[in-house]
Amino acid sequence: MSVELDVFVGNTTIMDKEVYQLWLNGYTVNDAVKVRIEGGVMEECEASAEVLLSDTMDQFRTFQMCERLLQNPAKLANQLLFQIPPDRQAMLIERYYAFDDDVVREVLGKKLSKGTKKDLDDVSAKTGITLKSCRRQFDNFKRVFKVVEELKGPLVENIKQHFLLPDQLARDYAAIVFFANNRFETGKKKLQYLTFQDFAFCAGQLINNWTVGAVDNMVEDMDVDLDKEFLQDLKDLKILITDKDLLDQHKSLVCVALRGKTKVFNEMEANFKNLSRGLVNIAAKLTNTKDVRDFFIDLVEKFIEPCKSDKWTATDVNLYLTHYTNSAHILDTFKHQNVWTRYMGVIKSCILRMYHE
Amino acid sequence: MPGKLKAKIVAGRHLPVMDRASDLTDAFVEVKFGNTTFKTDVYPKSLNPQWNSEWFKFEVDDEDLQDEPLQITVLDHDTYSANDAIGKVYIDIDPLLSSEAATVISGWFPIYDTIHGIRGEINVLVKVELFNDLNRFRQSSCGVKFFCTTSIPRCYRAVMVHGFVEELVVNEDPEYQWIDRIRTPRASNEARQRLISLMSGELQRKIGLKVLEMGGNAVVGYLQCFDLEGESGLVVRAIGTACTLDKLSNTYTPATAINPCNSSPSKDIKEAGFGEEAPGVPLSSGPPTPLRAQTFSSFSPSKSYSRQSSSSDTELSLTPKTARICLSPSSPTLQSKSSPIPTTKALRSTTPPPLHVSQSDTAMLRKSVSFSEDLLLAASGMGSGGSAGKEAGPLKALLRQQTQTALEQREFPFFTLTSFPPGFLLHVGGVVSARSVKLLDRIHNPALGNTRSYKLLDWNSFTADEPETRDAWWEEIRQEIKSHAKALGCHAVVGYSESTSICEEVCILSASGTAAILSSRFMQDSALDTEHRLSRQQASVFTSGAEKGEGDMGSTASLGFEDLMSPGCAFCHIPYDELNMPFPAQLTYCHCCRRYKVPDVLFTTIDLPTEANVTGKGCLIQARLCRTKKKAQGEGNATAISNLLPFLEYELHTQLMNKLKLRSMNALFGLRIQISVGENMLLGLASATGVYLTALPSPGGIQIAGKTPSDITYEQHISNMQKKINDTIAKNKELYEINPPDLVEEVIGSPIPEPRQRSRLFRSHSESSDEVSELDLSHGKKDAFVLEIDDTDAVEDIHSLLTDAPTPPGFYSCNTEIMPGIYNWTSALQMFTSVRVFRLSNVNLTNQGLNKVFNDLCENLLKSLYFKLRSMVPCCLCHVNFTVAVPEDELIQVAVTAVAMSFDKDQTQENGRQSIDKNLMKAITENEDQLQFPLELSAESSSNPLNSAKGLSEVSGPLPSARAPSVDYSSFTDRCSSWIEQLRLKAHTIRCGSIKTMSSLEKASPLPEGRSRSLRSNRSYAGSSVTVVKMTPLSFIPGTKIIKYLGIINMFFIRETTSLREEGGVSGFLHSFIAEVFAMVRAHVAALGGNAVVSYNMKECVFMENPNKNQAQCLINVSGDAVIFVRESELEATPPQPHSASAQTSSSGEGT
Repeated sequence: MSVELDVFVGNTTIMDKEVYQLWLNGYTVNDAVKVRIEGGVMEECEASAEVLLSDTMDQFRTFQMCERLLQNPAKLANQLLFQIPPDRQAMLIERYYAFDDDVVREVLGKKLSKGTKKDLDDVSAKTGITLKSCRRQFDNFKRVFKVVEELKGPLVENIKQHFLLPDQLARDYAAIVFFANNRFETGKKKLQYLTFQDFAFCAGQLINNWTVGAVDNMVEDMDVDLDKEFLQDLKDLKILITDKDLLDQHKSLVCVALRGKTKVFNEMEANFKNLSRGLVNIAAKLTNTKDVRDFFIDLVEKFIEPCKSDKWTATDVNLYLTHYTNSAHILDTFKHQNVWTRYMGVIKSCILRMYHE
Repeated sequence: MPGKLKAKIVAGRHLPVMDRASDLTDAFVEVKFGNTTFKTDVYPKSLNPQWNSEWFKFEVDDEDLQDEPLQITVLDHDTYSANDAIGKVYIDIDPLLSSEAATVISGWFPIYDTIHGIRGEINVLVKVELFNDLNRFRQSSCGVKFFCTTSIPRCYRAVMVHGFVEELVVNEDPEYQWIDRIRTPRASNEARQRLISLMSGELQRKIGLKVLEMGGNAVVGYLQCFDLEGESGLVVRAIGTACTLDKLSNTYTPATAINPCNSSPSKDIKEAGFGEEAPGVPLSSGPPTPLRAQTFSSFSPSKSYSRQSSSSDTELSLTPKTARICLSPSSPTLQSKSSPIPTTKALRSTTPPPLHVSQSDTAMLRKSVSFSEDLLLAASGMGSGGSAGKEAGPLKALLRQQTQTALEQREFPFFTLTSFPPGFLLHVGGVVSARSVKLLDRIHNPALGNTRSYKLLDWNSFTADEPETRDAWWEEIRQEIKSHAKALGCHAVVGYSESTSICEEVCILSASGTAAILSSRFMQDSALDTEHRLSRQQASVFTSGAEKGEGDMGSTASLGFEDLMSPGCAFCHIPYDELNMPFPAQLTYCHCCRRYKVPDVLFTTIDLPTEANVTGKGCLIQARLCRTKKKAQGEGNATAISNLLPFLEYELHTQLMNKLKLRSMNALFGLRIQISVGENMLLGLASATGVYLTALPSPGGIQIAGKTPSDITYEQHISNMQKKINDTIAKNKELYEINPPDLVEEVIGSPIPEPRQRSRLFRSHSESSDEVSELDLSHGKKDAFVLEIDDTDAVEDIHSLLTDAPTPPGFYSCNTEIMPGIYNWTSALQMFTSVRVFRLSNVNLTNQGLNKVFNDLCENLLKSLYFKLRSMVPCCLCHVNFTVAVPEDELIQVAVTAVAMSFDKDQTQENGRQSIDKNLMKAITENEDQLQFPLELSAESSSNPLNSAKGLSEVSGPLPSARAPSVDYSSFTDRCSSWIEQLRLKAHTIRCGSIKTMSSLEKASPLPEGRSRSLRSNRSYAGSSVTVVKMTPLSFIPGTKIIKYLGIINMFFIRETTSLREEGGVSGFLHSFIAEVFAMVRAHVAALGGNAVVSYNMKECVFMENPNKNQAQCLINVSGDAVIFVRESELEATPPQPHSASAQTSSSGEGT
């Protein structure tokens, strides 16, 4: 004897936020029921496990039916099948597109391909998040990527418009798209300490300052691809390290400015040339796609690690980078002020963000 | 006559990908009406095509306009092969044919395919130009409005209620005549959908014609059903109540606008249609007017009048009585019976002071006198009706209409309404039902091919020689119902409905309703508003003359209204003759008025009358029963079923009774008994809303008796059980706030110094009535009260009694429109449908085992609903409608449709109501003290004038007679059985409470209430491009006012799948189908310009599966009324107060 069929359909679609979350988390119906029982709904409402099971199945089914619409959120608002109040719709969408930082961290910068998707079981094992949920998140990344890839206009705005996401979430997706598109390496061991939010911040900086969109806002891929001309111009910065006079001059200006203001002055002074060479070399190499991918690892290896080993504090780094940037402007023979500013602005904020003490 | 139908295809969206290569679709549209087809251009490579077509024009007969749906087919163009159909939209254009309904259909419709479900949407514009038709022989009935709502629709008032209309149409079922039995699912399903749509249209048109013939302009309580008889064909049948409705003019809108904001929106809504008429402008009151004037005069200069009446002696009263009988709707049989009555009464009256008797008689006298006009009418009716049947004579007199045809329609004085304009329903006799088991054979089809109706237009011409048709079957049943009603001394059946259950070739036809006596108020059509106004004036004179303060004002205001409203207990008074009761029943004097007899239990199929006095809250009561049956074929099977039915009904009835008593209630409303037949079992499910009617005696407890009292442990067992039952009863009393002794006390205790004897009389009555219940135990009706534990059935009963889980805190449930005791609804509402199918794996189940399974299934379903809707607490599930079916050998299917409505927990209002109530009562009694014959007076003022005003004398009221519920199994041959549930009636007097209460309540609370509600409801849904369409099985939406009815929604869908697993199994399949049906209903309503469906009903949900083949099919039929509502808050914005005094009175009246 068994219940063969059991459905409940409301004119206004009933959706329990808690159950929705369990569904999003990729729980099976039975696991979800267990979680709910532990949560104490039963006592609250005098329900039996049976009732809970029926309710959970029903809602899971509803979510499954909605999923098709959630994948195209714009449709959700003008579809006729489910009558869902707008505030509920917004909640459904937002939660559907929400992701775990741990998961996204694993796939950040990877090609959003089938191959990567296959590796999701490793991600799942590593993060403890169900494979189902990992897949949903991955598919979301991929879907957003595909849609905005070919659109004109600002990346974040496009995402907001097409997926009806709140601002912060849209920015995160923009970062994911940006990373996926430029295939930044984020998986190396040395980068493991960085969180998704760190990268998302950096992505924001890069998008706002280094892409085509930063200059011209009506081109395709404007926010996804780095500004080629700018990258070309970065080569000119090499003069800062190739020209011995310039290098010394730069060093002495920075030392003058910093003397007495930092405890690591000596280390700084000793390392100046190395650090400067590091940063300028990164700039000069960015025309190669391969080096673009290594951008973050280069920052860590060439700058962050040396500073760390010398026990710089974040304040020291900040101080140093500020003066390092500004001093270059005083150099008479240095003609590439604009490029320098555009470059160093991003570098400075990225490094500061990535510099964990 | 010609009409021009115009359609324009605007655009499509969300179309499915039909071309895998391009991931796009080359869509075009075919628009078909009748035999004419138009096509749009192909819009290439798009999932969101913009056709923006020209206007396609169809010039057609209005007959076709009514029958045919507009068919829109969306296709994918394919150069090399046949075009693929994407899906279809059927648009019923009937709403466009009535000038008062919608004018244009415009909106997005889901494109529906029977295999794939909804596949995108299409935007369509449809208009109709109708030319006037003066042809008297026309076959069309454009303009007749149809309402599913089983009460007078909100923004109309009833000028006349003509009566029962029915029609049925039969055809071959395409599913079963498919060529060579090679069934192509899509073609077969579409043929069926189309055919049923056509048949519905035709049926509606034919019913419309009947209505026009009767002189009406609308059908209320329209109920259409399909019988899928399988190989023998397809029957579409409908019943309804023909009415003449008047749209309320806008002048009154402000008045109503205020009034919805009173505390009891529900009640308000139900009555407003009528109440608005109160200002009386174009009033159609019958001949009663002189009477009305008289009543009032008798009331205001009360002393002199009452004195006079008191002086009248019994003799006097006798005379009028006879007169009364002639004109009253009682049958001739009754007539003869009634003459002895006065005598017996007199005899009886030896015990109680004679005064009492003379009093009631005099009341009657007045009435009868005033009725003289009625009498004439009745007489003339008799004359013209000729020998039309002695039986029906009085009835016809009552219902008389000028035309002969109309008269013939009265053959069945049935009404599908479940709630009535105040004053229409005088007395309720009890539930009458009839069932018949039939063997289906091929429907004799004289005309080949076409849809053809076998209707015998004239029932009278029916002869036994005619081939047996579905019509004849139904007539048989209706006749039986009618005779049952007659046996109850009633001339009409209200809350009438019909249903079938089919299994293989056996079909059970069922009909049930509530025997009642109606006022002729709405059945005659002379409009005499002068008198009406006159009486109103008098009322107001009286008002101003009254020395009482505010509270009194309220009460008098409502007094002015009493001619429109029957008091809270009148409908309970028995309509039948005490000495000739068709069944044994226990009668007591009405606990409200103490004048008339009431039964101890009242069962009805109608909604609780708004004016009814109810103690505490109500609750859903269900009796569930499952009985095994041997598999059999043909005749044998039919016989077996016939033999089982009476027992099934009897047990259901017993279960209902016991559960009712367990809840300490004494009346059932909205009773619906469904018997469903399967190959090897019969299912019975009875649902009703139990309430405690103040007028009826309080129910006795349940006593358990053992047959073998020798054993001590056994005794203990019994006493344990008894204790449990007593505890449950006590708990239930608390839960449902049933606290009747107070009320009784109050009534008795009220200081009535002068008529001392009388008050003593009352006391003795109440005592005796209390005793009665105890007496019962030793008396006849054992099964209702005493459960003998030796009996296995009794064990089962007790078991089911005690296993009924109470509803969780914060939840109430009922299957009627409104829940007594809850007044402050918020606008939060959630309509839902839930379906469960249970597989019995153990084939050798016993009856008990089956019962338990079935009972648990229903209980668990309810529990799930409560859990699902917990966020709406405090809330009430209203109009809970269960349907059961046995789709296959071991399957039981239960479907529930209901609406959950939140209410404000804040009980102050209610308390307010009570206290006001009490104050009023005091005021009234005080008032009465100053009068000489207060009781008489109040009786007069409250009830009698009313009844008489309606042109119906107190037929039944004054006859102190009756007994209680019983089961009548006299008639079962192949027809199964019928049982008559009895009911009660009662009189009125002291407690005109409900009316007054309400009006004063309204004064006290309405505005702030309305505002707070509106605040809540105003939560906007801005931002969505889709119109929010509310759906509810009720006839109203709390906190809103319906301003326009756009037409009836009647849709039939089939969905089939050959990839059941892929669609999420049976649950996934049905879930999406039901969601799709909702979506299509909403889309059609939105396209008509509406924002809600009221009186929504899922009439059919037939689900079949074949999991082995990975297939399933489901048929769903839904109906409802598309409406436009506006929130009260929006209405409040307009200046709320109407200025004339009469308008004010009216609004307060409506409020009740």
